Amino acid sequence: MTTASLDYAPPKSGGIASWIFTTDHKRVGILYLIGSVAAFVVAGLMAIGIRIEQFNPGESGLMQYFVGDFGKSMTTPDAYNTALYFHGAAMILGFLIPGLTGFAANYLVPTMIGAKDVAFPRINALSVWLFWAGIILALLTFVIPDKPDIMWTGYAPYSVLSPGNTAFYVFTVHLIGFSSILGAVNFITTIVYMRAPGMGWNQLNMFVWSVLTGLTIQLIFVPVLAAAVTLLLLDKYAGTGFFDVSRGGDPMLYENLFWFYSHPAVYVIFLPAMGLIYDIVATQAKKAIFNYKAAVYGGMCGLVVISGEVWIHHLYVAGMPNWLRIGMTLTTLLISIPVGLMVLSLWGTLYKGAITFNVSMMYAALCLILVLLGGLTGIPLAIASITVHLARTSWVHAHFHFIMGLFATYAVFASVYHWFPAMTGRSADNGIAKLGFWLNLIGSQVTFWPLFLIGVEGMPRRYWDYSEMGDHVAYFTQMHHIATLGAAITAGGILLMIVSWVYAAIAGRKVERNPWGSKSLEWTHASYPIGAGNFPEPVTVTADWTPYNYAK
Amino acid sequence: MHKWPKRLLLGSTALLSASLPAMAGEPVSPTKLWNEIWQDVLYDMLFIGLPFALAAIYFLIRYRAKHPGQVGEPVRMNAAATWGWIIIPCALFLADDLLLFGKGWTLWNVQRVVPANALEIKVNAVRWSFQFDYGNGVTDSELVVPVGQPIVLRMTAKEDPSGDVIHSFGLVDFRLKEDLIPGRVTYLWFIADKPQETRVNCMEFCGTGHGQMSTPVRAVSKEEYQQWLAKHKSASAGTVQVASASLGGTASK
Repeated sequence: MTTASLDYAPPKSGGIASWIFTTDHKRVGILYLIGSVAAFVVAGLMAIGIRIEQFNPGESGLMQYFVGDFGKSMTTPDAYNTALYFHGAAMILGFLIPGLTGFAANYLVPTMIGAKDVAFPRINALSVWLFWAGIILALLTFVIPDKPDIMWTGYAPYSVLSPGNTAFYVFTVHLIGFSSILGAVNFITTIVYMRAPGMGWNQLNMFVWSVLTGLTIQLIFVPVLAAAVTLLLLDKYAGTGFFDVSRGGDPMLYENLFWFYSHPAVYVIFLPAMGLIYDIVATQAKKAIFNYKAAVYGGMCGLVVISGEVWIHHLYVAGMPNWLRIGMTLTTLLISIPVGLMVLSLWGTLYKGAITFNVSMMYAALCLILVLLGGLTGIPLAIASITVHLARTSWVHAHFHFIMGLFATYAVFASVYHWFPAMTGRSADNGIAKLGFWLNLIGSQVTFWPLFLIGVEGMPRRYWDYSEMGDHVAYFTQMHHIATLGAAITAGGILLMIVSWVYAAIAGRKVERNPWGSKSLEWTHASYPIGAGNFPEPVTVTADWTPYNYAK
Repeated sequence: MHKWPKRLLLGSTALLSASLPAMAGEPVSPTKLWNEIWQDVLYDMLFIGLPFALAAIYFLIRYRAKHPGQVGEPVRMNAAATWGWIIIPCALFLADDLLLFGKGWTLWNVQRVVPANALEIKVNAVRWSFQFDYGNGVTDSELVVPVGQPIVLRMTAKEDPSGDVIHSFGLVDFRLKEDLIPGRVTYLWFIADKPQETRVNCMEFCGTGHGQMSTPVRAVSKEEYQQWLAKHKSASAGTVQVASASLGGTASK
C-alpha cells in the first residue's frame, strides 16, 4: 500500500496541467484551499448582501445585484432567498468541510504521521476534481434564470414545489458528497496503515485524531444526506411522492433524514477545527496536551458516539412526538460531557505554558472565546421547551455562526498562518495580517451579539424584511444597523487577511526551518518547505516520542 | 433576592416534580414559565462560562513566554489526578445537564399538556396567510381570543392552491411556536393574561412571501370576544371551510 505514493510522484512543478493532474496530497490540499476560499469569498459577498438588505425594514433595492440579476427581473425576496441559499450551502459544503477535511487534512495528515502521501493518491485527485465540479455547479446559480431558493436545508415540500432549480442543489450535494466519501475512505486508511513505524495511537497529533473521528462521522452519515436529496430529485423531476402527503408520503421524512446527517456534519466541522486549535496552542505554548487520552477517547470518540442520537433538536417545533423531543433534550444536553472534556484539555494545555503570540496564536486565542460562546449559547437550544421560542430566531443564527462561522472559520485561518512557512518557506505574519486579525475580532463580535439580543425578542431567521414584526421593528432595526456595521468591519478584515497571504506567498519574509520550534514531524523531519515525497529519509519514531514533548 | 441559588439546590427534585404543574388547578401560563426558566438558563450559562472565560484570559496573559526558546512547564499527573480530571468534571457537567433537563421538562409538561377547559381554534396555513376556524361557521384571518382563557390551536397546512408546504406558527410574544405541516395536525396552547395586541409570524421558510406572512393576534375581554364572535357568526355563515382536524382531507393536488 505504501508503495503507491511513489508510483504517482508529483509531476514537475509549473504548468497548469501539473496542478490539475496532480496526485500529490500537498497540491491537492492547495487546490482544496483555493476552491474553498473562492466559495468563502462568494458566500461572504452574499452575507454582505443579506446584511445590507436587513439594515432597514423594507427593500434596499440592491439585493438583485448580489445574485447576478442586473436586469432586476427577480423580486427582492426571491433574490434574498437565493443569496441566503447560496450563503448557507457554500459556506458549509463548499468552504468549511472542504477547508478542514480537504485542505487541512490533505496538507497535514500525511506530513504529521510521517507518510509520503495518502493511501490512494489517484482517488485523492478524483476527490478534488469532484469538489471543484461541485463548486462550479454551485456557482452556476448566478447564471441560470431559475435560481435555487430553497435554503441549504432544502426542506420538502417547498423544495419540490419551488420554481427554483432544485436539481442544482441536489447535484452539488451529490458531487461534494462523493468527494467527501472518497476523502474519508482515503484518510481513514492512511491514518490506520501509513503511520511511521513505531507511531502508536497515543502519539498522534490531535489534528490527526480529529480527522480520523470527524471523517468516521462523515463516512457513516453522508450516504443518508445523499439519499435524502436523491428522493427530493425523484419527487421533483420523476413524479414520485416520497414527501407528498396526498400520495402517502411524508415531508417529515426529509427533515429527519436531512438532520440525521447534518447534525453530525457539525462535528465533521467542529472536530478538525478543534484539532487545529489544539496543535497550534500546544506548539505556541510549548506544552504537551493536557489529559490527552481523556480528550481523544472521551472527547473526540465520545462525540462520534453521541453525534447520531441528537438530531431531533433541529425538529423541536416540527410536530415530532412529545416524548421524542424531551428524550433528545437529554441526549443533546449530554454533548456537554465530551465537549467539556475537550475544552478542559485545551485550557489545561495553556496552563504553565510559554505562549508566543504570532498571528496563528492570536486567532487560536480568539477561538477559545468563540468556542466558549458558541457552546454556551447552544445550551438553551438543547432544551426543547426553551427552543420552542428560540427556534428559527436569530438566536439560532448567531449561535451556529459562533461555532461554525467564527470558531471553525477562524481555525482554518489560524492554520493557514501557522503552516504557511511549511508550505512556502515564508512567513505570513506581517502587519497586514495583524490588522486583519483585529478587524476580524471586532467585526465578528459587533455582527453577532446584536443577533442574540433580537433573537430572544423573536427576530425570525430568513426574513428579508421584518416590518411585520409589530412593536419590535424599532429595536430590531437598531440592532440590524449594528450587525451590518460589524459585517462591514469583518469584510475589511477578511480582505486584509487574503492580501496578507497573497503578499506573503510572493514576497513574504523568508524564515528558517521550523520557525515556531515545533516537535511535530511536519516541521522536524519533513523537507523545508515540504517538497516531493515529504521526507528526505524514511521516518521512524521511538516509544517516548510525541509531537508535544517540549519538556523532554 | 433571586431564587436561582435555591433552585440550584433543589435541582435534584426538579425531575421528580416535573409533572406537578399540570395537575394543579389553575393552569400555569407557558409564557410566564418560559420567561422564568429562561432566566435560570441565562444564569447557568454565566455560571459555567465565566470561570472558563476568566481562566482563558488569565492563562493567555499569565503564561506568555518570557524569552525565545522557553518551553512550557510540564504538568505531570499520577493516575488518580488523571482520572480525577475526568470523573469530577464529567460528574459536574452531568449534574448541570440533569438540572437543566429537569427545568426543561417541567416547562415542557406545561407547554404540551393542554388544560381540559381549553377553547379550541383550528388553524390552517397557506402561502402566505393563516386562517382561523372558531367553529360554528366562524372563520377569520385574525386570531381573537378571550383574556384568561386557555386557547388550544389545532393546526395544519392544506388546500393551498399552489401546493401545501410547511409553515410555522410563531407567537413570539407568547414565547411559543409550532410548525403547521401537510398531513399532520399539530397543536400549541397559550393563555393571554391581559388584553393585548400582538402578531403571529410564519417562522418556517415558505418562499417569496415568507417574511410578510403575519397576522394580528388580539386578546380581548370575554364580553368583547362574545360580541366579536356573534358579529362574525352572522357575517361568515356558510362561507369557506378551513382547517379540519381530520387527516383525510389533506390532498392538495
